[in-house]
Amino acid sequence: MGMNQVRIAIDGQALDVPAGISVAAAIAQLRLPFRRSVGGQPRTAFCGMGVCFECRVRIDGIAQQRACMVPVREGMQVLTDG
Amino acid sequence: MAEHYDIVIVGAGPAGLAAAEAALGQGARVAWLDAQVTAGGQVWRKDVRYGWPRRVESIVAKLLDHPNATWMPQTQVIAAEQNALLLQDERQALGVTYGALILAAGARELLLPFPGWTLPGVTGAGGLQALAKQGWPLSGRRVVIAGSGPLLLAAAATAKRHGAQVLGIYEQASQAAVHGFARTLWRWPGKALQAAALRCELAGTPYRCGSIVARATGNDALQLIEVDGPNGVQRIECELLAVGYGLVPNVELAQMLGCAMKREAAHPYVAVDDSQRTSIANVYAAGELCGIGGRDCAWLEGRIAGLAATGSAIEASLLRQQRLARRFAANLREHFKLNPCIHDLADPDTLICRCEDVPLRALENFDDARSAKLATRCGMGACQGRVCGTALAELGRFPRSGQRPPLFPARLSTLGDLPSPSDTEGLF
Ligand code: FES
Repeated sequence: MGMNQVRIAIDGQALDVPAGISVAAAIAQLRLPFRRSVGGQPRTAFCGMGVCFECRVRIDGIAQQRACMVPVREGMQVLTDG
Repeated sequence: MAEHYDIVIVGAGPAGLAAAEAALGQGARVAWLDAQVTAGGQVWRKDVRYGWPRRVESIVAKLLDHPNATWMPQTQVIAAEQNALLLQDERQALGVTYGALILAAGARELLLPFPGWTLPGVTGAGGLQALAKQGWPLSGRRVVIAGSGPLLLAAAATAKRHGAQVLGIYEQASQAAVHGFARTLWRWPGKALQAAALRCELAGTPYRCGSIVARATGNDALQLIEVDGPNGVQRIECELLAVGYGLVPNVELAQMLGCAMKREAAHPYVAVDDSQRTSIANVYAAGELCGIGGRDCAWLEGRIAGLAATGSAIEASLLRQQRLARRFAANLREHFKLNPCIHDLADPDTLICRCEDVPLRALENFDDARSAKLATRCGMGACQGRVCGTALAELGRFPRSGQRPPLFPARLSTLGDLPSPSDTEGLF
């Protein structure tokens, strides 16, 4: 594939992923839930296109980011709400 | 300070790209924006592994290079007033003013509730396709695709390309309806070719008609689904289920601008004339926004809007092709009509509002969205009712209510720039 890798951290765990993938795709590699719903259920990305907000996580300190809309960047710190 | 453009285009799918190309060809100064990081929209979403189709790549490259074009990625419209928009990108809020505005916001999936639809592992059908193209790991995963329409085939093909084991495609329309549709395809040779190519790519993948996913189960993640088909209920173990019941237009911005709407069944779309003019002066709409019409239709209408918005002549052949594309869409809609029993899949405990975890049972005693929202918080969450409001309209519960600014959850610093405070009254 010849894709460059970038290193990010998800919930403190370092992860090398192909450049250009979304934060959602990166989180999916670890098979983590993205968030807990108000009733405590685990949720993951659902619509894939920025509509449902099920994929929201904290990225570099900013909460409520839709992981399916944001590409990974070197050094990115992602916190799920799982 | 708001930057001025002759033409501002919202949405960079086929309609937006065609509009930009046409307007630039007439010498206009154009700003084109999209909420996504790359152009292409959903149907031409760039695949991190396989890139764009070559044609799309060259269209986008030309626009990115054009001296009169300003590309604004990851940008959303937060609020609008006459001839001006308040935008928000990854870093900042910015204002733009325009001579003409072309709305090309496309469509989203019709996602309908059924028991288990909130489990991790359940996505939309177009949703799974979008996630696959973003690099979602699918290699070796057992995937079932279900719902309705040709999008299921496209989603299955993408999933396979990314290494998924597609166990089956379950189409709700009856076999008779799907065959009836196939028999009309000769009238649209381009479509027939596309269908044939997809069929080749999906050789060996079961395609079952008259089949509906009635339930998904699993502990904390999807494990098993129940498919109700012509031969009874079938249980299938899988890790991913992608279900989409077609598309609905993203009309929120057009609604906020006050554009007149029409309705296709329960879902509003923007009313336009032959030149893609909406009811609001200097505001045009093209593509899925004007009723689900598909990619080719979007491209043609985008071009028409780009020409009309720059005061240029529109070739008769363009209008002819557009009408043909609209007829194709009507034909498709007719054959893939939803089986009404899909409206009854949710049971009283099924969560309808995924943002606020509101079950169907809590909504039983309301007959309009507003009172249900005030009492149960249904539709109050981050998605602003885009999923549950659309589903409830489809289920025949409540009609969609109009959108008020901000159109997307906005940062406080952006809201400080909102044109008039009265617009946001009662929102926070
Ligand atoms: S998956 Fe729906 S917004 Fe990201």
